[in-house]
Amino acid sequence: MKTLIANGKIPVATHYNTGKNEKLTIKDKLLLGLSLSEYLAQAFRNPLNWLFAVIFTFGGYVTVSRFFFGLGYVTHSSYDYPWGLFLGWGLFVMVPLSASGFMLGTTVEVFGRHDFKPIERLALLNGLLGYLFAVIFLQVDLGQPWRLIYPMFVSLGPAAVLFLVAWHVATYLSVQVAELVPAFAEWAAMPKLKTAVKKTILGLTIAGIILSTLHQGALGALFTYAPGKVHPLWYSSPFQWFHFFCSSIFAGLSMLIVVSTICKKTMAWRCDKSFLESLDRLTLGLAKGATLALITYLVIKIIAIAHDGDWGYLASGWGQWFMLEMVAGVILPMVLFTISIRNNMPGLARFAALIAVLGIALNRLNTALITFNWKLYQEIPHWREVMICIFIYSLYIVTYRFILYRLPILYSWKKDEDTASS
Amino acid sequence: MKAMNRRKFMKGSLLGGAAASVVAKSKSAEASASFGGYPEAMGVLVDLTRCVGCRSCEAACNKEQGLPAPAQAFDDMSVLDHERRTSEGAYTVVNRYEIPGQDHPLFRKIQCNHCNEPACLTSCFVNAYTKTPEGAVIYDPTVCVGCRTCMVACPFYIPAYSYSSVLNPVIKKCIFCYDTRLKFGRPPACVEACPREVLTFGKRQDLIKIGHKRIQNYPDVYEDHIYGENEVGGTSWMYLSNAPFDQVGFDTDLGNQPILSYVKEFLTVVPMVLTIWPALFAGFHLLATRKDAKNKEEKTEI
Repeated sequence: MKTLIANGKIPVATHYNTGKNEKLTIKDKLLLGLSLSEYLAQAFRNPLNWLFAVIFTFGGYVTVSRFFFGLGYVTHSSYDYPWGLFLGWGLFVMVPLSASGFMLGTTVEVFGRHDFKPIERLALLNGLLGYLFAVIFLQVDLGQPWRLIYPMFVSLGPAAVLFLVAWHVATYLSVQVAELVPAFAEWAAMPKLKTAVKKTILGLTIAGIILSTLHQGALGALFTYAPGKVHPLWYSSPFQWFHFFCSSIFAGLSMLIVVSTICKKTMAWRCDKSFLESLDRLTLGLAKGATLALITYLVIKIIAIAHDGDWGYLASGWGQWFMLEMVAGVILPMVLFTISIRNNMPGLARFAALIAVLGIALNRLNTALITFNWKLYQEIPHWREVMICIFIYSLYIVTYRFILYRLPILYSWKKDEDTASS
Repeated sequence: MKAMNRRKFMKGSLLGGAAASVVAKSKSAEASASFGGYPEAMGVLVDLTRCVGCRSCEAACNKEQGLPAPAQAFDDMSVLDHERRTSEGAYTVVNRYEIPGQDHPLFRKIQCNHCNEPACLTSCFVNAYTKTPEGAVIYDPTVCVGCRTCMVACPFYIPAYSYSSVLNPVIKKCIFCYDTRLKFGRPPACVEACPREVLTFGKRQDLIKIGHKRIQNYPDVYEDHIYGENEVGGTSWMYLSNAPFDQVGFDTDLGNQPILSYVKEFLTVVPMVLTIWPALFAGFHLLATRKDAKNKEEKTEI
């Protein structure tokens, strides 16, 4: 794409062709204003696409085979570890990393911090896609995925925590779609749709906060069904939901920093000036929020240990593993964030965000898989299970990129009058 | 009547999901305060001192439930060399435990313990489980989505899943022979098959009395505890042992609270967030944007 821009191509950001006053068709917009052969040529030039091609060939085959040969073919069919990598990674890691949508929605729409506007849509998209793919992961994991709507309409078990998760994720997905409708409406030239949604945005955002608080917490509360199975250092009946909710705040913000960094580095052509110029300032702003959440999380973690009387476990091997997670995944990013904010070092904040993201992934995998059944043996996922996870995650990245290239997420759509005058 | 309609309405409505969990929460809160199981619930008392590990119960269960033939025959005692758990092909299994200081091993039969307040039931988001007044915890495979939360929730590691099935994988576990026997007041197949009277079938409340009487009569033999009388809120299947329970494979750290009581702390938060958040954040919004509003006002005045 860089070479094309160097040759005078301008990425599509208007409804009209530059120079001529022809309206662009949807096909033009999908192909980024290139001809089909130009588009394919740039796609083939990208080495990342070749890697994806390999992953999709093998991973796609394994994923399809799961639906033909059953879960027993792709997992170890463990009775002791009913939840494997599909949920451990796909649900418990993906969902907190997607908390950015409601965080930035709250910042901009509720708290009126319009200076965060350039990154709001990226945060919303990150949220939407994370949830969407969490549901896709879930669909691979469910024994009978075609019964997904049963808890909604066929047979209700309203007292179960998972019931709340199901309803909230479903509702929240629709809320996030609605929140991103303006971006789609601009791209597809449907201005009425945009104004309709804009009117409800405050309501949508507050609904998003409620739903997020509850289902992020509920994912933690799911483990309160297994008080004896999760290691006490990763388990606390009264605090589990708050641990998961509070850590999702810095997880979402850190993920947003990571994603925006990738965007800046790999698709600067698609970002507009206001995004690129404000990104350093926004990164430090997000870092401030993440640091507040990190310190809160650290304190409430320590309180939970004190409350449950788990100090003794710290001396064990599990305790060292726990302290490693806390030091490397919580305290280190917190310190680095603080240094970066004090000294105005956005690069350091980006590095800290990456560590925080990895730290939260470790925490969720620890809770769901590694310390789960700590009194039994350790389950190592089947290679096909790993393969499917890589496949779906690649699908997530490709979808993410597809949308970022097109919809006005990283750039603002130019108004028709502006183009006409230029 | 009015309240009933309101509840039905709430269940059906969009917000009903969360709201209904509030309703259900209060219901179960009342329950835990007084619910010690259905008064007429049946149960089985397992006396480990009598078991010789003949596996007759396993064979009987296999036949009664129409399960596939096992890889090793039921009279092949070499399977006892490894500790086993329940699976999709075996709803009950016997394990052998060498007890330090005793010249002979102990054998323990495991199966679903049919809890008074089953964790599987409370964790199921499609209500597939039912605790019947007769004491059985039964399962409806036609609504099961296959999330396997019940397997995570069961403190005894009992429910198994038919992973090998492509089109209709379901939970597989002991149902107390509910459909074929318990419903008609008859003991389950394993109890009938036992040649050593290890298993005593009867009303749960009577079994507790019998158990304590045995302990009283032979205080030197038995551990002074009936496993299952109070564990996780009490279970329909209960155990007597002449060795410390943790040496016979029992989890002695489960506590006497039903699993649901650990989840309630979160369920209490749900209605608070639902009712407090909208006003709180709308208030934040008004506070945060008060300058904008003021500016607007001044503009219109000019």
